[in-house]
Amino acid sequence: MSLPNAAQDALDAFTAASGWEQRARLLMQWGERLAPMTDEEKSDEQRVHGCESKVWLVARQDDGRWHFNASSDARLIRGLLALLLVRVDGLSSAELQQLDLPAWFTQLGLSRQLSPSRSNGLNAVLQRMAQLAAGA
Amino acid sequence: MFQPSPWRADFPAIAALQRQHQTYLDSAATSQKPQALLDALSHYYGHGAANVHRAQHLPGALATQAFEASRDKVAAWLNVGASGQIVFTHGATSALNLLAYGLEPRFEAGEEIAVSALEHHANLLPWQQLARRRGLKLVILPLAENGQIDLDAALQLIGPRTRVLAVSQLSNVLGSWQPLQPLLAHARAQGALTVVDGAQGIVHGRQDVDLLGCDFYVFSSHKLYGPDGLGVLYGCSQALALLRPWQFGGEMVQLAGYQESSFRAAPLGFEAGTPPIASVIGLGATLDYLASLDASAVAEHEAALHRHLLRGLNDREGIRILGQPQAALASFVVDGVHNADLAHLLTEQGIAVRAGHHCAMPLVNSLGLDGAIRVSLALYNDSDDLQRFFSALDQALELLR
Repeated sequence: MSLPNAAQDALDAFTAASGWEQRARLLMQWGERLAPMTDEEKSDEQRVHGCESKVWLVARQDDGRWHFNASSDARLIRGLLALLLVRVDGLSSAELQQLDLPAWFTQLGLSRQLSPSRSNGLNAVLQRMAQLAAGA
Repeated sequence: MFQPSPWRADFPAIAALQRQHQTYLDSAATSQKPQALLDALSHYYGHGAANVHRAQHLPGALATQAFEASRDKVAAWLNVGASGQIVFTHGATSALNLLAYGLEPRFEAGEEIAVSALEHHANLLPWQQLARRRGLKLVILPLAENGQIDLDAALQLIGPRTRVLAVSQLSNVLGSWQPLQPLLAHARAQGALTVVDGAQGIVHGRQDVDLLGCDFYVFSSHKLYGPDGLGVLYGCSQALALLRPWQFGGEMVQLAGYQESSFRAAPLGFEAGTPPIASVIGLGATLDYLASLDASAVAEHEAALHRHLLRGLNDREGIRILGQPQAALASFVVDGVHNADLAHLLTEQGIAVRAGHHCAMPLVNSLGLDGAIRVSLALYNDSDDLQRFFSALDQALELLR
């Protein structure tokens, strides 16, 4: 399965980045790309708990395809969320369930952001997505 | 001017961390260990492990001897005279739960337990849950601006209904020493039992439970350069006699039958099951090492590093230090910068500091925050550690602002 265009762009940008500073700058730039979330969408129901920062995830399904919107009050997390969303946008539940998201972040050179000791919320967001895809 | 730590080389992990480009400034969470401790653990496991207080064979006798020698060393470290005893637990949290469960039957609905607003969850939740089980009132002693318990308010709130006062000696978030002497004296005069959480305090200066005048003093070994899985509970004899056993099993029993049993007094009556033998022996070795150091040189070194830390934070624009730290650590937030972002970029640069609520969520929330960055110091840190932290901080803030 080939990568969606936006995901390919992200992969190109992050594999070309050298050093933590460039990666951080890229993360912040990608974070700006997230579609803004309204205050109503930032409700407790959409809040993903277990994070150091506040993270919200709104999911909807069109014709069996998943579309997500996400936001956070922390900038670097917004970047991580943006990188997640470009990878999963438009997938079906079956595709989403098969997708190895940790491998995606490893490809981007961001695997450490998923280590169990990190409480940045990315793990919690992946869990929420997995539950949605499983129809839970 | 470079301020070296004369004790840095005694802690092999510091050099190992440095080779991995890690600067360790999270000692309030747990500390690195001296070689003397590694040697003691290796010696114990390498020369024959055995259970304690059970077997008459030689390895058992040696292990028991070393184990009990450690108990004496801990007692000496805290200046425990004939009037009290040391109980080993599986951690400070475990010791505080022992107290909350052990004292439970002594309380009637409507009576009060007083804790301060800055307690670590370990010295809040056991009392909170006890209060809920028994219909007690949990009284929260408020803080003054400087991060110390507001003494005037506290003395009003601690009264004849107060059965327990449980307070930290040194705040793990604010770095403030608490006015223990007047608080403890007042509480005791009201007939309350007094519990001091010394998890942070014991690391920064010798403590004397006799001088403090508390009924119970609790600390954890791993913050005091010792092994983990081990907590210490000091209790004065009258107070220990009030505790009912809370965990049941091997060696805490006097006579066991199928339907009923009788139990030993402190300390063994509160050490059910096999204790963390190697850790107890290791803590003894750590205390021997610490006792060999020039205590005033250590205190001066730590105070100078702490001044350096505060100066550096104060020199930078937009940094707000929580409270008025007096020792060991400083927690801070930066205007317009999320602490998760800052923590992320400090981690990228190999700076090991703690971000979040520091297991004191009610305190951090009451300051109107949902987290802060904490830098904490130990005797092995030097001024280069702080320089690396400050330059990483500057880089991170430049990116984020």
